[in-house]
Amino acid sequence: MLPALRFDHVTKTFVHHAGRMLLRDRVIEMIKPSRRPRFEALKDVSFELAPGESLGLIGANGAGKSTILNLATGLAQPDHGSISVNGRVTALLELGAGFHPDLTGAENVRVNAAMMGMTRRQMMDRFDEIVDFSGVREFINEPLRVYSAGMTMRLAFSVAIAVDPELLLVDEVLGVGDQAFYARCMEKIRSFQSAGKTIVLASHSAELITMLCQRALWMERGRVVMQGVAAEVIAAYRASGT
Amino acid sequence: MERHWGGDYVFLFENLILKDFRIRYRNMSLGILWSLINPLVMMGVLSLIFGRVLAGGGDPHNQPFPVFILCGLVPFNFFVGALMTGATSIVDNAGLIKRVLVPREVVPVAAVLSNCVHLLIQIALLLLLTVAFGLRPNRYWFWLPVIWALYVAFVCGLALGSSAINVYIRDTRYVLESFTTVLFWLVPIFYSFSIIPQKYADIYRVNPVAALVFAMRNILMDGIAPPMSIIENLTIAASFAVGAGLLIFRRLKPRFYEHI
Repeated sequence: MLPALRFDHVTKTFVHHAGRMLLRDRVIEMIKPSRRPRFEALKDVSFELAPGESLGLIGANGAGKSTILNLATGLAQPDHGSISVNGRVTALLELGAGFHPDLTGAENVRVNAAMMGMTRRQMMDRFDEIVDFSGVREFINEPLRVYSAGMTMRLAFSVAIAVDPELLLVDEVLGVGDQAFYARCMEKIRSFQSAGKTIVLASHSAELITMLCQRALWMERGRVVMQGVAAEVIAAYRASGT
Repeated sequence: MERHWGGDYVFLFENLILKDFRIRYRNMSLGILWSLINPLVMMGVLSLIFGRVLAGGGDPHNQPFPVFILCGLVPFNFFVGALMTGATSIVDNAGLIKRVLVPREVVPVAAVLSNCVHLLIQIALLLLLTVAFGLRPNRYWFWLPVIWALYVAFVCGLALGSSAINVYIRDTRYVLESFTTVLFWLVPIFYSFSIIPQKYADIYRVNPVAALVFAMRNILMDGIAPPMSIIENLTIAASFAVGAGLLIFRRLKPRFYEHI
């Protein structure tokens, strides 16, 4: 069976351009090429995830968790190595990414769903389901400006899950919901998993990863420290004291 | 390497255009009327100065002057507005480009198409004025959707190319601003084609903005079909702009993420 997600010796570096984005800088660069400092976000990262598996990414800030998710989503390209994805991907990388504060909740749902690849027909069928799941129905025609962080996150999560992807990528956003919504998210993620869908979840929370994922990948400064069964990786991560 | 996006383009464009439209007009008391005020004020000022104060500056055959002016202003204003929002669209939508997997070509094209909403309102106003000044609708009005579609495609091409370049060279927008200032004088907005000396006439006809103005006046004021050479020029300009724009965009987009 084809892996749902596969990273094969992936390396990714970013150049520090320090805001030097003007014509003048480009001309200087052409006359006097200089090597700008590079930042190695990922170094030789390899892993494979079978359909139906869930992977937790753990590590400190700047370890490369978000870079893995961005590359898996297809937002950026690796410098070396290759990434393959099978099936539809949906990513929840930032609280309300693509949401606009002046649009109402309902309008934002439509725009976001359309961007994530939902068709008009699917939108019509699933709109109520999204709103019900988010639990913000009484505010759905209010501008997003008046929403709390928790409400925004609930709406964003509800849209992402309604797109019904084969591969769901989630970056650290689940933390802002209240307990009740958190419980419903867990339930939704579980049913998602039992339907054979694949999840990659980046989190600082070792509890969350042990609870939801069979497998874990421990990152440090762009390198894989350890990968394998979630409980073992998390135990080692905790033992390391980071 | 590019990830497949299996979505619905029509639904996506519709939502993005509606989004721009709502954001722009929701917080305005006069709403959509604002898109009429600017061209009307310009039309009034230019009509007054060139039609009355400097009478003779215009072409006496090309009356009524307000319609004449609007035939120049509507295409020019659309060009400037759509090109500027298009050129800055990728940088302005950094949050989208860095966080949501959506085909990136959609962003500048949607920016241009959003400007079409008030373009349509302005064209409706222009047609109303045309009739109000006693010029009859004629069968050549059917040319309007054709020339405008070519023109919008032309601007989409420019927006694709310039939005990608603007990611790497952020002063692109200022270069474009200066360019549109020059363009204002190179397009026969308040003067007529007939006063242009023969040796410069061809240059004017190659300029797609001027070509559209010329075709608009042919259709609305002279009641004749636009010359085939104008349609050909517009077609060539639109195909070239879209081709080159897509080429530049495809070339540059893999590294947008790093440079925004």
